[in-house]
Amino acid sequence: MAYSDKVIDHYSNPRNVGTLDKDKKEVGTGLVGAPECGDVMRLQIEVDPETKTIIDAKFKTYGCGSAIASSSLATEWLKGKTVDEALTIDNMDIVEELSLPPIKIHCSVLAEDAIKAAINDWRIKNGLEPLELEEHH
Amino acid sequence: MKFPIYLDNNATTPMDPRVLEAMLPYFTEKFGNAASRNHAFGWQAEEAVDYAREQIARLINANEKEIVFTSGATESINLAIKGVAEMYEKKGDHIITVVTEHKAVLDSCKHLERLGKKVTYLPVDKEGLIDLNQLADAITDKTILVSVMYANNEIGTIQNIREISKIVRSKGVLFMTDATQAVGKIPVDVEADGIDLLAMSGHKIYGPKGIGALYVRRKNPRVKVTAQMDGGGHERGMRSGTLNVTGAVGLGKACEIAMQEMPTESIRLAKLRDKLENTLLSTIEEAYVNGSRQHRLPHVSNISFAFVEGEGLMMGIKNIAVSSGSACTSASLEPSYVLKALGVNDELAHSSIRFGLGRFTTEEEIDYTIPYVQQAVAKLREVSPLWEMFKEGIDLSKIEWKAH
Repeated sequence: MAYSDKVIDHYSNPRNVGTLDKDKKEVGTGLVGAPECGDVMRLQIEVDPETKTIIDAKFKTYGCGSAIASSSLATEWLKGKTVDEALTIDNMDIVEELSLPPIKIHCSVLAEDAIKAAINDWRIKNGLEPLELEEHH
Repeated sequence: MKFPIYLDNNATTPMDPRVLEAMLPYFTEKFGNAASRNHAFGWQAEEAVDYAREQIARLINANEKEIVFTSGATESINLAIKGVAEMYEKKGDHIITVVTEHKAVLDSCKHLERLGKKVTYLPVDKEGLIDLNQLADAITDKTILVSVMYANNEIGTIQNIREISKIVRSKGVLFMTDATQAVGKIPVDVEADGIDLLAMSGHKIYGPKGIGALYVRRKNPRVKVTAQMDGGGHERGMRSGTLNVTGAVGLGKACEIAMQEMPTESIRLAKLRDKLENTLLSTIEEAYVNGSRQHRLPHVSNISFAFVEGEGLMMGIKNIAVSSGSACTSASLEPSYVLKALGVNDELAHSSIRFGLGRFTTEEEIDYTIPYVQQAVAKLREVSPLWEMFKEGIDLSKIEWKAH
């Protein structure tokens, strides 16, 4: 299977790889997937307490090239968005942007799950009700 | 050096130019049908096919009359298993095989199960070897066939064929082996090894694709298989269809070359493989060999690089062509059933890479591969949350993963 140029670009030069301090109140962490399934994504956001804007986003992913690219792209899209805007990111946007084939759609689903899990973690830390997440799997 | 470097010789091999040269005349001027008994074109083709039979027989210490040409190992396996089940159905309805067999064996057995036959699938230990006592215990008075692969395609583990066949044949049961990965790579001797049926393929031994052979013993005991394809009764009634003369010539030549070069080639490949494997294992933390290192084909190394996913790693080492036990590309998301049968956990199975060296692999290519893989693993671990957690001392098995 051939990878799209954008997948190759994100895989070769992943954006925003790294770790934020998960104990900070402003940081939300989402850890999704499972090693036995062949992919695990950890996505973190740092939210400005005043503006509710995501000022930083980092990821680390264990998985195939499409999984790494999906999470790398997600961090790019998250930065500068408010938390509410971030919730509108849909996995199919990632599929489209990266030209993922049908067999790799689960990578984009995982990235969307990671975003929502990170936002929920941040919400709980900041005394907000966690959002009901729809079960993708 | 030419890129990408081919290190997937268990999947297929390039054809040896000497094989191509032997085949070429049989496409054009020597185009006869080996079954045409009444003119020179037919005789010429028949002569070529008979010579190929001798070349193949010599490699496995058989008689040329015991070689049945097929389209490849998959057909040979189907013919052997289904053909024996049908031929010996009055004698019994039970077959024994192993969980790590190739799908051609497993799915032929599943087909027979749907027809009401009984199949026992023997487990393997962490090296990929079956337990001989378990085998002996599994044989009943209804058992008609035991099929155990000579060497495994994913991990290269070589079964103890002589001991296995002794047990099987002492109970009057036929012994079959899928020797697709072993023939031409290590000594295979149907007499000394006690083999009644043996499947092999052309394209795994630097011959052409689309040709294979089934060895069917003619003496002590005389083995018969029911044809699985109806037609002109070629190949002593076991496999109808006009013979693939060019393919047969190619397979014969491939066997001849393999036989000549095996003693030096197996040593050369084992040295290169060991250099690759030992260097990777000693320089990369948390890297593990899958399968037996002692009972193994000389050209195979299957290594799991923990915390790095196999398909992701293959993308990072695109200048070399290898295989992975990861099944990220399959809809099931299930990693290799062979690795799972060894007791390798799913995470490590997803992290596995099979290096398959071959006749045209050079030391220069291995010297390129070593740092190339080292760098790719290091880079992907930098991106891996599992690696970070492992380094922090977190026990990954204790985490409640949200599996999907």
